[in-house]
Amino acid sequence: MASESRLPFFSGEADPGPSFVDVLRRLQPMSGGGLMSGSAASLEAPHGTTVLAIRYADGVVMAGDRRAIAGFTIASRRIEKVFPADDSSGVAIAGAAGPAVDLVRLFQTQLEHYEKIEGEILSLEGKANQLSQLVRANLPAAMQGFVVVPLFAGFDDRRGLGRVFSFDVTGGKYEETDFQAQGSGGVHARNWIKSQWRADLTRDEAVDLALRALFAAADEDAATGGPDLVRRIFPTVAVIDASGFTAVDDVEVARRADTLIGGREEGAGL
Amino acid sequence: MTMPFYVPPEQMMKDRADYARKGIARGRSLIAMSAVEGVVLVAENPSRTLYKISEIYDRIAFAGVGKYNEFEMLRIAGVRQADVKGYSFAREDVNARSLANAYAQTLGQVFTHELKPYEVEILVAQVGATPADDELFQILYDGVVNDKEGYTVLGGQAETVTKALEARYAIDLDEGAAVRLGAEVLAAADAEPLTANQLEVAFLDRTKTRRAFHRVKGAELEALLSGG
Repeated sequence: MASESRLPFFSGEADPGPSFVDVLRRLQPMSGGGLMSGSAASLEAPHGTTVLAIRYADGVVMAGDRRAIAGFTIASRRIEKVFPADDSSGVAIAGAAGPAVDLVRLFQTQLEHYEKIEGEILSLEGKANQLSQLVRANLPAAMQGFVVVPLFAGFDDRRGLGRVFSFDVTGGKYEETDFQAQGSGGVHARNWIKSQWRADLTRDEAVDLALRALFAAADEDAATGGPDLVRRIFPTVAVIDASGFTAVDDVEVARRADTLIGGREEGAGL
Repeated sequence: MTMPFYVPPEQMMKDRADYARKGIARGRSLIAMSAVEGVVLVAENPSRTLYKISEIYDRIAFAGVGKYNEFEMLRIAGVRQADVKGYSFAREDVNARSLANAYAQTLGQVFTHELKPYEVEILVAQVGATPADDELFQILYDGVVNDKEGYTVLGGQAETVTKALEARYAIDLDEGAAVRLGAEVLAAADAEPLTANQLEVAFLDRTKTRRAFHRVKGAELEALLSGG
């Protein structure tokens, strides 16, 4: 770390502007995801699995299961994969857990830094593009097996609607029309959502749909964790609407999960 | 070879200090004070966009008076340092004291080594759990740091404003009363009443765990000014 008692000043060409990533690059050249030497084939780092985002009438619901795996071992039963990016957007991560969590921290700092330096909040599109650049910067690590593929969703104040963006490993950014799921159980979750999704879903219906889709994924994919009724561990769920990012509390998620399982109406096939 | 005229160091420092003070005296004043709900910052500022008060980090605000481009540069450096520190360590490791020290280092260096000193006076304010835990660091153009309790005044008519303020300030003021007091004592210095669009007001909210900084403007400011 650069000398701590000294303020960072940059002149002319070296000035990083409102980019925190560039400030960090100037002050701590060794940090960040550079090329690692050696092959990753034998390295079993924890990987996070299924996350999803669903648009509903007033915004977006994001959810993720709680399992991280390392090879065939469960690395964590309680990992969090859905985070607020700032007050009005969220990011969910699938892939190598270590780099992914760091990517989220960097992304959160970047958005806050921009806001403070410029005195203005980035547009939702601008935030998505920033995330795309961070994902692309991780490409060398991704080539060695540490792939990070986030989902980004937020409420677009200027357009008055919720929007969902997905990313590929090269940083490619794709806006989804209605929903997206990512990670090893993503296909199963996506199929479930596809069969149930409507444009006029209410917030509660969208939260239930997210939980069902995660159950479906956990049912078919060993790497995705289902609701853990013994330890009372349930998926992380967040709602983003005009009033901003709100994490749905554990009590509500547990109650909904219990109803979905206990009721077995549509869940009978699960 | 030409020989520069000899100037005694006392004279040189005095000239520099006079120069900086003159620049600062041209500007309008700014007040920071601890209130029950948090730290209230009030400045006379007719501009809607060029701020004197801004956010540095979760519980820390920055305020500057004097030459805009100079304190703006200091503000940006402070945001960068705080964000790098919070990212490298943890959010709770960012504190006002170490930032105030960094500012003091920089201003002290510039004062003695550069062609001209900065014509600024700045404030680093940190909100605590109770008014007694609030920290107000005032840093002068030459790097001198003062650790203030309760309230402080920066800028042009600091002495007059301080006199008016110290008679009426109490640590148990609420947010609205503090804003009104600020608006009144700032006005007294100019002998003209200050309205919402002549004021820049910000608030560090004691109850927030993250990002306590809040700009008070528009209808919210009008309501605070007219209340009570």
